[in-house]
Amino acid sequence: MKDYLLILCYCALNITFAQECDYTFSGEIHDFHDGSPIVNATIYIKNIDKYTTTDLSGKFVMENLCSGEINIVVSHVGCKDKILNVNIQKNTYKTINLEHHFEELHVVEIKGNNPNKVTQTAQETLLKAKTIERYSSLSLGDALKEVSGVSSINTGNTIVKPIINGLHSSRIAIITNGVRLQDQEWGIEHAPNVDLGSVGDISVIKGSNALAYGGGAIGGVVVLNPLKIILKDSLYGKSIVNGQSNGRGFSFNSSLAKTYTKGWYINATTSLKDFGDFKTPNYNLTNTGLNSMGFSLGAGYKTLEKGFNVSYNYLNNEIGILRASHIGNIEDLVNGINDSQPNVIKPFNRDINDPRQEVTHQVFMIDLYKRFKKLGRWELQYDYQNNQRFEFDIRVGDDRDKPALDLNLKTHNITSSIKVDAFENIKYNFGVNGTYQTNFANPDTGVRRLIPDYDKFDLGVFAISNMKLGNTTNLDLGLRYDFSRIDAKKFYLTSRWEERNYDALFPDLVIESLSSQVLTNPVFDYHNMSVSAGISHDFNKKHSVIFNYGFSQRPPNPSELFSDGLHHSAARIELGDLQTDKETSNRFSATYKYKSDHVSLVLEGFYNQINNFIYIVPTGTEQTIRGAFPVWNFQQTNARLLGLDLSANYTHNEHWALNNKSSIIKGRDIKAKQALIEMPSFKSVSALKFSNKKWMLLNTELQSELVLRQNEYPDNNFEAFIPTTGEYVLVDISTPPSTYHLLHFQSDITLNLSKKTTLNVSLNVKNIFNTSYREYLNRLRYFADDLGRNVMLQLKLNY
Amino acid sequence: MKNLKNIYILPLLALFFMACSNDDDTPVPVIEEEVITTMTATLVPNGGGTTITLQTRDLDGKDGPNAPVLDISGNLAANTTYTGSIEILNETESPAEDITEEIEEKDEEHQFFFQATNSIATFTYSDQDGDGNPIGLSFTLTTGSAGTGTITITLKHEPNKTASGVKDGDITNAEGETDVSASFNVTVQ
Repeated sequence: MKDYLLILCYCALNITFAQECDYTFSGEIHDFHDGSPIVNATIYIKNIDKYTTTDLSGKFVMENLCSGEINIVVSHVGCKDKILNVNIQKNTYKTINLEHHFEELHVVEIKGNNPNKVTQTAQETLLKAKTIERYSSLSLGDALKEVSGVSSINTGNTIVKPIINGLHSSRIAIITNGVRLQDQEWGIEHAPNVDLGSVGDISVIKGSNALAYGGGAIGGVVVLNPLKIILKDSLYGKSIVNGQSNGRGFSFNSSLAKTYTKGWYINATTSLKDFGDFKTPNYNLTNTGLNSMGFSLGAGYKTLEKGFNVSYNYLNNEIGILRASHIGNIEDLVNGINDSQPNVIKPFNRDINDPRQEVTHQVFMIDLYKRFKKLGRWELQYDYQNNQRFEFDIRVGDDRDKPALDLNLKTHNITSSIKVDAFENIKYNFGVNGTYQTNFANPDTGVRRLIPDYDKFDLGVFAISNMKLGNTTNLDLGLRYDFSRIDAKKFYLTSRWEERNYDALFPDLVIESLSSQVLTNPVFDYHNMSVSAGISHDFNKKHSVIFNYGFSQRPPNPSELFSDGLHHSAARIELGDLQTDKETSNRFSATYKYKSDHVSLVLEGFYNQINNFIYIVPTGTEQTIRGAFPVWNFQQTNARLLGLDLSANYTHNEHWALNNKSSIIKGRDIKAKQALIEMPSFKSVSALKFSNKKWMLLNTELQSELVLRQNEYPDNNFEAFIPTTGEYVLVDISTPPSTYHLLHFQSDITLNLSKKTTLNVSLNVKNIFNTSYREYLNRLRYFADDLGRNVMLQLKLNY
Repeated sequence: MKNLKNIYILPLLALFFMACSNDDDTPVPVIEEEVITTMTATLVPNGGGTTITLQTRDLDGKDGPNAPVLDISGNLAANTTYTGSIEILNETESPAEDITEEIEEKDEEHQFFFQATNSIATFTYSDQDGDGNPIGLSFTLTTGSAGTGTITITLKHEPNKTASGVKDGDITNAEGETDVSASFNVTVQ
C-alpha cells in the first residue's frame, strides 16, 4: 500500500515537471533612485536553487524554467536584498527596482562617501556609539570634547555646554532625533537636555554649513542620531551600568528594540543617574549632586518606499549648584575670589538642596516619508517640545520654597523637505519649516521676570545641492532664508526704562504705565540669510582637501534682548539691550586630510569674522539698598576668530597606537582692539593605546591632557567698596587660572556570554594623580577647584 | 499600507493645534513683596543735644538702576553716647508699609550689624530676641574723639546667630541674606 502511494506521488510529480519546462524568465534590474541599470546583481531562485547575474546593461536571463511560482532573491553589494514571487505561466519579462544606496532609513542627509556623515564638504566629525557609551554617566558636553576643536563652558561639572570653535549656546544647533532642541539654550547655566542613553551616533559639524537643520547656527551643528533600527525579525538591546567614586553614584541606561523584516519596529530606552556631592582633591563640593531620569519610546514602519516614525522623549534633571557659589552681593564675590577654598564645605551628602535647578524636557515627534520613483524622498515632520525650568535659589522667609525662576517654553515645529536623488551626479534637498514658540514666565515666583513672556514665529526655506564631479570631487552649495518675529510682553522698572534711554528710543512700545513699572510690547522682525559653499577633492588615496565658506546670520535671542534684573544665584545684574541687532558671520575653512597605512592626519583651520557679535561683559557695579552688585551687559562688537584643530593617529602595529588631538583658537574684539572674553585656551590631548584581540578584546589607553593658561583675555576688573572693611578692593573677575596637566586611564575587555550576548567591562580613571586645577571656562572657578580623581567602573551588556 | 493613510492626518491635526495654541494673555506685573526701600537710624544723644538721623532710601528696589540716596542729618558729637533705633519702610506702597513691625515679629530671623572705621564709634545691642540673641533695632552708639569715618549698618535675614562672634556683632560668620547694607560717611566733632 505504502509503495503504491509512493509510486503514485512519483508519477504525479513527473507529470508536473513534464508539464512545460522551457519557459524563460528574463528582465532587468534598475536603481530605484535614478533608474540606472545595476551591473552584476545576483538573481537567485530559491525553490530550484538556481543562480544568474546581470550583465553590463543590468539584464538577466534564466532559461528552462517550469511553470509555477518561483521565489526570487535579488541581491547586490551595498543593497538590501529584495525578495519576490513570480508566477511563470509563459516567457516572462520583469523590471526589478533595487535600492542601490544602502540607506540608513532614518537619517536626514544627503548621501555621499560616508553614509553616516551629514555633509561632504564641511568640517564634520562622527562620534560612534562605542565612544559615546563611555560618557553614559557624564553629559553630552563631555562626550563632544572627543572632537578636536570642541570644548565646553561649565557651571560646575554637571552643567556642561559645548563650545564649537569658540562659540556656544544659541550659536549651536543641537538636533536630536531630527528635532532642533529648544530648551532655553541661551543661558550659559542651561545644559542641553539630551539623554545620551538614547543616542546612537553623533555628528559634529563645525560652522553653519548644515543648512537643512536651521539657520543661525553660526558656531556649528550637533546631530544626534537615535540608536539604529535593523530591519529584520529581531529583539535586541543593551544595558549599561556605571558606578563611580567621585559623586559616589551610579548611572544606568538600557535600550530595547523589537524589529520586523516587514519594516515595523518599536523601541524604548530608559536612563537613570544618581550622584551625591562631588569632590576636589582637597574638599567636598557641597551641593553638587545630580538626579536624572529619562525615557524614550519610539515606533514606526520603515520600508524603502514609505514609512513613518513616532517618538516621545522625557528627561528630568535635578542639578545641585555649588552652595558656596550662592553669593549675596559683591563682598561675597570678592571673598569667593580671594579665598582659596569655598566658604561652605560640608560632609558628603546625597541630598540636593538650594541653589538647584530642576528641568523637565519633553519632545514628541512624528515624521513620515514617501519615496517617489525617479525623483526622491519626500518627508514631513511635526515636533512639539515642552521645556519647564525651575531655578531655586536660597531664599528666606515665606519665599523659601518658591523657585526664583519658573519658565515654560513650548515649541511647535513643522518641516517638509524633498531630497531629489534621481540624478547620478547631483542631488538636491529643498525644504521649508515653520516654528511657533511661546514662553511663559510664571509671576508666582515673586521675583521680577529675568526673561519675559513672548511668542516667537519662524519661517525658513532652504535649497541645497550636492554635486559630484567625477569620483574625487564633491561640490556643495546651499541657500537658506529665515524670517523670525519675536513678540514679547515685558515689564520694565520705570527707572530702568529711563536709564536705558528707552523712553526716548522706544516710546511706542509702552502699552501700560504702572506706579513704578511700565508694560511694554516689543515686536521685532529679523530677516536672516545663510549661504554655504564647499568643495572637497581627493588627490589620491592618501591626500585630500576640503574648502568651505559659510555666511550666516543669527537674530538675537530673548536673553540678549530682554534680560533685565538681578540673577540671584549669580548675584549679578544682567541687562539685555532692545537695540541688539542680528549677528553676521563669514567663516572660511580649509581641511587637509592624510591617510596612509600607519598614519592618519586631519588638520582643520578656520577664520570666522562675526560682525555685531553679541557677548556679555561685566561693566561695573550698581549700588542698591542691599549693597553693590556687578552689572553684566550684553554688547555688540566685531569679532574675529581664528583657529586650528589637529587630529593625528599613528598606528605602530596591531597592538600599539598613538593619537593626538590639539586645538588652538584666537578670539579678537576688533573694535576694542583686545582679546575676546571666554575663549578656550590651547589644549592638547595625547593618548597611548594598547589593544590585543586575543586577550578578550582588551583595549587600554593612557591619556595626557594639557590645557595651557589663557593668556589672552580682556581685563574687566573693577574696584568695589567693601563696607565691612571700609575699603575699595579690586574685584578680579578676569584673570584666568593656571595651566594644568591631567592623566587619565581607560581600559576595557569584552566577554562573549552567549552567541548573541556580550559583556563589556571597562575601568576608567580620570585625573589619576588627583591634581588640583581650575578651568577658565568654568563659571564656578571663582569659588572652587575642579574635580579630583574619579574611578569609574562600567558594565555593558549587549543582547 | 492602508493604515498608513491615517497617519497622514496626524500632521494636519498638529497644524490645527498649532493654529489654536496662540494665547495672547497680558502678563501680570510682579510686585516684589517685602521690599525694603528705606532704613532710618535715629541717634538721640544721652543728656541732650542734636538728634542725628542716618537714612538710606532706594525707591527703585533691589535691582533698579538708581543708587540709594543717603542722607546724614548732621555731624556726631565726640565722646557722646547715643541711644539708637532703626525704622525700616517699604515706600513703594502708599501709605508706606512699616517693615520694622515684621522684624519685631520675626526677631529670631533678623539681626543688624554695626561697623565703624577709624574707631569713630562703638556699638552695643540693647535688645534681645526670644532666644536671648541681639536684634539691633535698639542699640547704643558711643563716639570716640573727633574725626571722620564710615558707619556701616547691615541687616541680615536669617543669619546664623549662634555662629562664632555673631552675637557680639561680628558679621564675618553671620551668613544669611543681606536685606540692607548702607555705609554713611560721618564726621565726629
